[in-house]
Amino acid sequence: MKVKPTKPKSDPILLRLYVAGQTPKSMTAFANLKNICEEHLAGRYQIEVVDLLKNPKLARGDQILAIPTLVRKLPKPVRKIIGDLSDTERVLIGLDLLPRE
Amino acid sequence: MGKARRQLPKAPTGIQGLDEITGGGLPKGRPTLICGSAGCGKTLLAMEFLVRGATEFNEPGVFMAFEETAKDLTQNVASLGFDLKNLIARKKLVLDFVYIERSEIEETGEYDLEGLFIRLGHAIDSIGAKRVVLDTIESLFSGLPNPLILRAELRRLFRWLKTKGVTAIITGERGEGTLTRQGLEEYVSDCVIVLDHRANEQVSSRRLRVVKYRGSTHGTNEYPFLIDENGISVLPVTSLGLQQIASTGRIPSGIPRLDAMLGGAGYYRGSSVLISGTAGTGKSSLAVHFAQAACLRGERTLYFAFEESPSQIMRNMRSIGIDLQPWVRKSLLQFQANRPTFAGLEMHLTMMHKAINAFKPQVVIVDPLNSFVIGGNETEVKAMLMRLVDFLKMNQITGLFTNLTSGGSALEQTDIAISSLIDTWLLLRDIEIGGERNRGLYILKSRGMAHSNQIREFLLTDHGVELRDVYIGPSGVLTGSARLAQEAQEQAAQTIHEQEVEQRKLELERKRRVIEMQISAMRAEFEAQEAETLNILGQEQAREEHLTQERVDMALSRKADLKPNHHRRGSK
Repeated sequence: MKVKPTKPKSDPILLRLYVAGQTPKSMTAFANLKNICEEHLAGRYQIEVVDLLKNPKLARGDQILAIPTLVRKLPKPVRKIIGDLSDTERVLIGLDLLPRE
Repeated sequence: MGKARRQLPKAPTGIQGLDEITGGGLPKGRPTLICGSAGCGKTLLAMEFLVRGATEFNEPGVFMAFEETAKDLTQNVASLGFDLKNLIARKKLVLDFVYIERSEIEETGEYDLEGLFIRLGHAIDSIGAKRVVLDTIESLFSGLPNPLILRAELRRLFRWLKTKGVTAIITGERGEGTLTRQGLEEYVSDCVIVLDHRANEQVSSRRLRVVKYRGSTHGTNEYPFLIDENGISVLPVTSLGLQQIASTGRIPSGIPRLDAMLGGAGYYRGSSVLISGTAGTGKSSLAVHFAQAACLRGERTLYFAFEESPSQIMRNMRSIGIDLQPWVRKSLLQFQANRPTFAGLEMHLTMMHKAINAFKPQVVIVDPLNSFVIGGNETEVKAMLMRLVDFLKMNQITGLFTNLTSGGSALEQTDIAISSLIDTWLLLRDIEIGGERNRGLYILKSRGMAHSNQIREFLLTDHGVELRDVYIGPSGVLTGSARLAQEAQEQAAQTIHEQEVEQRKLELERKRRVIEMQISAMRAEFEAQEAETLNILGQEQAREEHLTQERVDMALSRKADLKPNHHRRGSK
């Protein structure tokens, strides 16, 4: 699995992970995300974790249904990836880091 | 039913008629599934449930829309008089549009719908909602991958809604062979309502049916419903029992001789009267007479015309001397004229209900019934009429229906087979004799009264309908000019008879006079003879006396004794 070389290194990637409390699924998702980012986006990503139990209003604002949901806020367009991020290939496709089949 | 027993707590919908069918509303604190095909009114029904809840029952609600945006929804229901913006501002309603776009979502492993739960929970808590609508939650299946997870999550969602204690409506699109595409009925099993929108002979009608209602009795029929500017109204018109009060009051038919035929007093108040007959037999004229009689009593009449316009009816009735215009002006008579094809049966029924409820008439006329029969919908027409008759009876309204029987079929057969619903049935028929066609009327049945079994000739004159006796001849009844000829014949015979009697009387009188004249002549003759005889006798006596005197005188002169002569004369 290779990161697309065309992407300029300076492009910042802003990611937001929506969770609902410290559930095993959320923990897994966060761990998976961390790994993928370190491996493919080292140095140019930023992860923000939103706990909907603490901030329920945000569920409506960001159109969140599924937990966990990873949202790529930047670069545009916004991308949504749901699930515990255990399928690395699909995560990369979802983040536009791999071409869609 | 069973009011003594503890009823399941219910949340009234506030929707006209639906609360009657469901015996008070939807199961309180439980989810209800409303399913139907596209455009059948699911969203509107759900929205009205929330709006009525918020405005009439002080139960705020959350509307979670998966298909329409909040803006679209607000606009769409504004036509029903629902001001969502105002309700939202007053914290009586939360509109939450859930946006799901499959192409923007990548699934990367296990997930759950906790986000939806939190979102809904937050909305409920923010206004203390008691009612929730999820419209249409099946969109999740097209928006999110992995149906297995979704099913498990939906099951959890409905359980969670119950624990929240909210009365929920979940809408679902009708699937093939199942109530909903995704089989939601498996999860929501407390109450299931199916909406239907179908077109028959180019006329569409909406129907509602309560398929299931756990722990409660409910009407099981398909009920027509209507969406108009006041929202939804469902017609639970078939009363579950036959418990109408039968009035013993009578109201005249407007034709004195017909009243006489109907046991002398006319129809029963609140009964249903059918006038059937072939074309041009005067059904409408009879109906209008009844209407006029009602107006004369100061009662209101609602006239549903399905074949003629009001002005046409009024013009035609003027020709038989009935002017309806004053009654219309006094608001005692109201016409409702519509083409039968203008709307579906249910729509007609609903409109009739509305008109009746608004005008509150004592008499309702439907002219004619059979115009509803288009193609093969007799059973539906019958069902509709049953509902109408029931409704009228419940409200003690006398209903008069006309029905056109087609030439070929038996007169006693109505196209719509509603005779069993009818209390008084008048039959108008043509009687063809001697090259002309005349009208005859008889009473086929009239429940609960001694009625005439005779046929009457029915005349339309310039001063209204008249009933005449008919002549029974060797070839059946005589009407029209045959009747007139018969009348003339009898008249002639009568005259001859009378003349004969008169003649005899005159003859007798003449004879009497002749005899009396003879008698008086004889008497006169006798009297003449008598006078003559007496005269002669007088003369004789005088002469005798004269002779006697002479003799006395002579004797005196001869100095004779008088006495013996005198004695001789006395002994004679």
